[in-house]
Amino acid sequence: MESLSGRKKVLEQKPMNFWERMYLPAILKGMGITFMHMFKKKETIHYPEQEREFSENWRGMHSLKRDEEGRERCTACGLCALSCPAEAITMISAEREKGEEHLYREEKYAAVYEINMLRCIFCGLCEEACPKEAIYLDGPIVPADYLRKDFIYGKDKLVEMPIKELEALKGATV
Amino acid sequence: MELAFIIEKLILVTILFVLTLSIAAYSTWAERKVAAWLQDRVGPNRAGIFGLLQPLADGGKMFFKEEIIPSGSNKWLFIAGPSLALLVSFLGTAVIPFGQNIELFGRVVPLQVTDINVGILYIFGVVSLGVYGIMIGGWASNNKYSLMGAIRGASQNISYEIAMGLSIIALLLVTNTLSFKEIAEQQHGWHWNIIYQPLGFIIFLVCAFAETNRVPFDLPECETELIGGYNTEYSGFKMGAYMFAEYINMFVSSAVMATLYFGGYNYPGMDAVNSALGATWGPVIGIVVMFMKIIAFIFFFMWVRWTVPRFRYDQLMDLGWKVLIPLAIANIVITAIVITVVDKL
Repeated sequence: MESLSGRKKVLEQKPMNFWERMYLPAILKGMGITFMHMFKKKETIHYPEQEREFSENWRGMHSLKRDEEGRERCTACGLCALSCPAEAITMISAEREKGEEHLYREEKYAAVYEINMLRCIFCGLCEEACPKEAIYLDGPIVPADYLRKDFIYGKDKLVEMPIKELEALKGATV
Repeated sequence: MELAFIIEKLILVTILFVLTLSIAAYSTWAERKVAAWLQDRVGPNRAGIFGLLQPLADGGKMFFKEEIIPSGSNKWLFIAGPSLALLVSFLGTAVIPFGQNIELFGRVVPLQVTDINVGILYIFGVVSLGVYGIMIGGWASNNKYSLMGAIRGASQNISYEIAMGLSIIALLLVTNTLSFKEIAEQQHGWHWNIIYQPLGFIIFLVCAFAETNRVPFDLPECETELIGGYNTEYSGFKMGAYMFAEYINMFVSSAVMATLYFGGYNYPGMDAVNSALGATWGPVIGIVVMFMKIIAFIFFFMWVRWTVPRFRYDQLMDLGWKVLIPLAIANIVITAIVITVVDKL
């Protein structure tokens, strides 16, 4: 039959000739190839010292963002939880009290915000659903742990560090 | 027998024992390094500089692992298997001359534990005992995979021993002696036997791969088909003993090949070096040359392992019985005719 893709290859099944039956020429050829590989550049990335660069659209651990004044952007609308196909996100909302305006940008905020990292499939739909640009999957790889309960990340792990603290930390290390 | 002689031999045996062990240990390191290099990787490099402490870490791991003896196994034979494999693999080093006679503290010391006049027969005896370690271990495990591995090991070793013996007979026609010492001495300078016996060497090399159960003839322990073969049920140090036995076998067969075909401790221009350096340091160069040859062979073993895929079992038997044995016999006949003709002229 005519091949539609034009990529069809018919292999001939000839009996091996004398040289092929000796195996040795083929083996020597193969050994030549492997020997040349000894002098090629090694592909290894020496992990703890060297890290592989993430691609631009890499999705890692979530972070809950703050605005320019260091206030939490999340308003606990629950759209992320609703969009999440893995049911990984839960939250409890609370109303902003007087005197908390410097902490929360909107009048409602997430008192508890939890992501189960064992359920999360890092699809990024929460990121797309968020109307307040409060959640991004721009973190590192989620680290390994021993207990299931330790994979449920609360606000302590998710919320971005306040800008002041971050600058203080930078100032201390530099 | 004087006391000094006994002490001399005792020291030589101890040195050889430690040397064999450490070469086997570092062969495991070298194997992983060579494998890595051939596959564009870097290999073990965490334990010590260049990963040189890796064998110690591996050995420590082997010691601390749980030793499981399966309840359905034959306990005595289960322990005897790896012990026998390890013991037998050590025996081979006794007849190999690692250098010329060396002058130390006013004594002439031969660098060979014992020069028995049937050295080659001795090596063959010891090598063929090696298969018992595999057979006993595989049978005693009471596991079908192990038994399959043991059966394969036994039939493979027996088949390839014939071709190996026949290739040696052609060599013996050239050398006229069974003693390793004399064979090594005959190859003085560059008169290496490989020049007179190239075909014999290739047959011997292929058989050596089969005898040491190395790829492409590692059917007794093929991981993909028999999940480890004869050592499926082994764990901890007994497993380590089998692995060590394999590496020591590799060292011994490398040494045998270097001595029989590649001149052992001989190298071109050795007379000049010997007369320049004297009777103590001259032979030391010879020892270094010998070990360089051995290491080159060990590298070759590994190089082949990481290049060639495993033979199918019927291909293995075909190669052994239908190719290597006829070739070896033809080699004997041709060698005999050439020697007769050359003698008559």
